[in-house]
Amino acid sequence: MKKPELLVTPANVTEVEGLVDAGATAVMVGEEEYGIRLAGEFNRDDIENALKIAHQKGAKVYVAMNALFHNESLPKLPDYIQFLSKIGVDAIVFGDPAVLMSVREHAPELKLHWNTETTATNWYSANYWGRKGSTRAVLARELNMDSIVEIKEKAEVDIEVQVHGMSCMFQSKRLLLGNYMTFQGKDLQISGRGKNQNLILHDPERKAKYPIWEDKNGTHIMSPKDMCMIDELEELFEVGVDSFKIEGIQKDYSYMRQVTSLYREAIDLYFLHPDKYNGQKENLFTELKRIQPSNRVLDTGFFFKETVY
Amino acid sequence: MMQASTQVSTDVKRVITKKPELLAPAGSLEKLKIAVHYGADAVFIGGRDFGLRSNADNFSSEEMAEGVQFAKKYGAHIYVTTNIFAHNENMDGLEEYLIDLERVGIHGIIVADPLIIETCKKVAPTLEVHLSTQQSLSNWQAVKFWKQEGLDRVVLAREVGLQEMLEMKKNVDIEIETFIHGAMCVSYSGRCVLSNHMTARDSNRGGCCQSCRWDYFLYAEKHDKGQEPLETKLFNEDDAPFAMSPKDLNLIEAIPKLVDAGINSLKIEGRMKSIHYVATVVSVYRKVIDAYCADPDHFVIDPEWIKELAKCANRPTAPAFFENTPGHVEQMFGNHSQKPNANFVGLVIDFDEDTSVVTLQQRNYFKQGDVIEFFGPEINNFTQKIDTIWDEKGNEIKVARHPLQIVKFKLDNKVYPQNMMRKEAYHE
Repeated sequence: MKKPELLVTPANVTEVEGLVDAGATAVMVGEEEYGIRLAGEFNRDDIENALKIAHQKGAKVYVAMNALFHNESLPKLPDYIQFLSKIGVDAIVFGDPAVLMSVREHAPELKLHWNTETTATNWYSANYWGRKGSTRAVLARELNMDSIVEIKEKAEVDIEVQVHGMSCMFQSKRLLLGNYMTFQGKDLQISGRGKNQNLILHDPERKAKYPIWEDKNGTHIMSPKDMCMIDELEELFEVGVDSFKIEGIQKDYSYMRQVTSLYREAIDLYFLHPDKYNGQKENLFTELKRIQPSNRVLDTGFFFKETVY
Repeated sequence: MMQASTQVSTDVKRVITKKPELLAPAGSLEKLKIAVHYGADAVFIGGRDFGLRSNADNFSSEEMAEGVQFAKKYGAHIYVTTNIFAHNENMDGLEEYLIDLERVGIHGIIVADPLIIETCKKVAPTLEVHLSTQQSLSNWQAVKFWKQEGLDRVVLAREVGLQEMLEMKKNVDIEIETFIHGAMCVSYSGRCVLSNHMTARDSNRGGCCQSCRWDYFLYAEKHDKGQEPLETKLFNEDDAPFAMSPKDLNLIEAIPKLVDAGINSLKIEGRMKSIHYVATVVSVYRKVIDAYCADPDHFVIDPEWIKELAKCANRPTAPAFFENTPGHVEQMFGNHSQKPNANFVGLVIDFDEDTSVVTLQQRNYFKQGDVIEFFGPEINNFTQKIDTIWDEKGNEIKVARHPLQIVKFKLDNKVYPQNMMRKEAYHE
C-alpha cells in the first residue's frame, strides 16, 4: 500500500517551499489564461521557479489548463503546452478536449489529469478519459463516499479526491457582478480584488454565504462551507485513493501551511498504523477547527450526504 | 460539408433547398403531436430514465412507439435525451433502455456522458448519437475530438456566438445543433451544482431546482488579521437584489445568418412548456425558416411573427451570446417573470363546414362576447367575437368554465382539428 499524494495549491512561488516542507508532495499552479479558480497567479517564470523548488524537494508540479476554451484561445495552446513539456512539469490538468488534442499533437509525452470539476461522476468515464490519454481522474465533489470507493476499485487511472477546502458550485461566462454594478449605476472594482476583499452572496433563506468573483473566465460561485475530511480518511486510505487535494482558494499562507501539516500527520500516522490515526484523528480535527476562519464553517461536503434528483 | 445549398432558376430567383431542421421540445405525447403537426422537423423527448427533467411527464416505451408512428407520417425524427452525468448506480438498466429506444424507432439520443455514448454504440448502433450541450462545447478542437469519437452531431454550448459557429463549420465536418429559443442555463451547462449544495438535488441528473433564478444579496467582506470579517452591503434598501437570471433566448432575427452558416438543427428549449407555447413558437419559426429559404434575397421579418412570439412568452427575451457577451440588459434584476399577453383557451376537435360550427375542448375560461383568436398551421390567424355557446348536449351556455369541457359555437372562418384558440390576457 502506498501513501496518497498530498496535493496543495500555493498562491505564489514563495509559498511552494513552505507548503512542501509542511508535507505536500505535489502542488497545482497555473495562470488565469489557461486555468480556472486558482489560488494564485503563476506566470511562466513562476512556474519554472516553482518547478525547481518542488523538484529539488521531491514534490511534483501540475499545471492547470482546466478552462473551457473558445476558438480564440486555441492558437496559444500549443506554445504553452510545449513550454510546459520543455521545463518538465509532471502533468497538466485539463477539462476541455481541446487541450487533449493539442497535447497529442504538440507534446505527446506530457501527462494529463482529467478534471472538469463536476462531471467525473462514474468509473466508466474515468477510464474512458484514461483511454484517451489521461493518467488521472479528479472526481466531482458531489459524489458520496460509496461512489468514490467504487470508482477507485474499478478505475484504471489514478484517482484524485478533494479532502479539504471550498469547492466550485457555478461558473458562467457572463460577467454577472459587473452587470449588476452597471445595472445599479455603481462603480466598483470587480476583478482583481485583493485577497482580504472578497465578495459574497447572502442567501437568507438557507442562511448561507457564498464566495463569488469574476475574472477572465467569467463568474464563479463557491461553496458556503469548507469540507474537512481529516478525521474521516480511513475508507479513502483503505481503497487506495491516489491523491488527496487541499484547495487553497481564498486561504492565507499560514493557514495553508498548518492544514497541510495536519493532513501530513494524518497520512503518516495511518501508514505507521491505522490505529495510530484512529487514536489521533479527533485531535487533528480539533487542531484544524482552532485555525479555521470563523466565517467558513467546516463540513464533510457530499461524502456522507444523499442527493436526490 | 453540409452547407446551405442554393439553386439558381431561370428568373435568377435564389432559393435555399437545404433547410435546417427545426427541433422542438415535447414533454408529453400530446406535445409531441402538436409540435410535429405545427411544423417541427424533429422533437426531443425524455424517457423514464437518464434524462435531465425528472419533473416532466416523461415517455414510457409505449408512448415513444406511438410518438414514432405519429412522427413517421410527417417524416419527422424523434430524439431522446439521455444526457445525465451518470453515477455508478445509474448504470443499471442502461443497455436494455438503449436497446428499447432502438427497437421502438427512435432516431437518436442526446448524450453527455461517455459511458452512455459508448454503451449506445455497442448495444444500439443504429441510433444517432448527439453530444448534449451539457458538455459545454465551445471550440472547434473539442468539436473535432467528438467527431473523431464517432458522434453524429454536436449541440453547442449556449456561450458560442455566430463567428465561432462559422469557424467550427469551417474546421470540422459534423452536424451542428444550436439553441434558438427558450429558457437557458446562465452557467456553462454541466458546470453548475448550485442545486446540489442548496437543496441536495443533483442538477446533472435531472434534479436542478433552478437556484439561479432566485434573489441573493451582494456584500463585500473585509478580512483583517485577527479580526472578525467586516461585511459591507453593495446595494441600497430599494435596489433590486443580485440575481443571475438571464432573459430567455430569442434568435428570430438571426435565422437567416444561422441558415447561411449551414447550422443543421435549430433547437427550441422547453419540455416543461404548454402545448400552446410549443405550437406558437414552432409555427413562428417554421414560417421564418420557410420564408427565408423560399426567397432569401427579399426576406424581411414580419412584425406579426414577433408579436406572435410575445403571446406565449412569460419572460423577456434577448439574443444572449449570438453576437457578443451579454451585458446587464440581458439579465433580469428585480422582476423575474412577466405574464404572457394571451391565454390559451381552447383546442379545436372538429369543424362542421355545413353549419360553420366548431367543436372545441375548453382549456381555460372564456365566455360569450369574448374576442378570441384562432391560429394553426392550415390557417391565417383571425379574430372574432364569440356568439352563442352550446355545451355537448346542445344546451346554450354563457360561460365555458370547466376544464376539458366540450363546447360548440359558430365561426366566420374555417378551422381544422388541432388549431388553437387564444384570448387576450388582461393584467392589472
